[in-house]
Amino acid sequence: MPIPLDAPEVLQREFLEIRARLLQVAASLDRLGRAEGSVASDPRLAKIHEALAILADDETDRAERIQLTFSRAYDSQWQATFKLPAK
Amino acid sequence: MYYFDPHIHMVSRVTDDYEMLAKMGCVGMSEPAFWAGFDRGSVEGFRDYFRQLTEFETKRAGWYRVQHYTWLCINAKEAENLSLSREVIKMIPEFLDRPGVLGIGEIGLNKNTKNEATIFLEHLDLAAKTDEQILIHTPHLEDKYQGTRMILDMLCGDRRLDHGRVLVDHVEEHTIRAVLDEGFWAGMTLYPVSKCTPERAVDMVEMYGPERLLVNSAGDWGPSKPTAVPDFILAMRLRGHPESLIRRIVYDNPVKFFSQSRNFDFTPPEVYQTEPMG
Repeated sequence: MPIPLDAPEVLQREFLEIRARLLQVAASLDRLGRAEGSVASDPRLAKIHEALAILADDETDRAERIQLTFSRAYDSQWQATFKLPAK
Repeated sequence: MYYFDPHIHMVSRVTDDYEMLAKMGCVGMSEPAFWAGFDRGSVEGFRDYFRQLTEFETKRAGWYRVQHYTWLCINAKEAENLSLSREVIKMIPEFLDRPGVLGIGEIGLNKNTKNEATIFLEHLDLAAKTDEQILIHTPHLEDKYQGTRMILDMLCGDRRLDHGRVLVDHVEEHTIRAVLDEGFWAGMTLYPVSKCTPERAVDMVEMYGPERLLVNSAGDWGPSKPTAVPDFILAMRLRGHPESLIRRIVYDNPVKFFSQSRNFDFTPPEVYQTEPMG
């Protein structure tokens, strides 16, 4: 299904919102840096950096890929692992 | 525009919310059974809850000419208690023929544990044996992708189930495709932080089309917005989508899905709103 707006219209409508959200993320990361202590080894920070890399690449489906970055892995053998009764 | 909120927990909301929703065009809603914020201690606690859902909420909604429907189950968080869950599942059929009961829900997973999966399967068995529709909760945040895939495995593993009579709720960008590809209905929940925004929901409409797609507020006792569906309607208009497409998602689709339930006695608002109050 096509988007009714063309790309220049989308950018015109959303530029300030994108700018504001990027600043919010930048300020949050600055705040982490200014605060005492270190979270350098916290796996959540690594996830954030993975997500930022997705934002900056030229591929599509950024939202879906960022969702997957923050998701636990799926194991197709989970029913055997749980020893659930077979149907 | 008239609309239907297919997933909202009105037992957690005040009467003023019914009035506000009615003023904003809400003419119908369905309320799945869910977690009360604490684990209930006995099957009698659930019996009282089901009475509240099937008796008082219907009446309270009716004060504002909103038609209220409900779904029954023990939710995934309390499913960790296997013995209580089985007592509740055994008791549910007492209520299945009551007016406005649409089926079994919201069942699902929370932390994707063995006990949750066991009780999910037992709910599916009840739904299959009683020919009920099913409404499904998918987990939050980092557990959503894994849990949704597990839920789809269990649904697709039961050949008795008609996929067109199952609604999988709280889909997001990384789960919607798999749900729709298997022939299930998909619900997008509009939550301030932890689920989907109106703008992202519009994106998913554009990417996947309106077929078998619903949008809901899931308003409850936590941070949530019962008027989120009107927010979605406005976001669709601002994006330039026609009223016919918006109406299909917020009114025609829920009515079409719920019409598969024998207890869905919906009266169109053009008739219902002008009938004398009973």
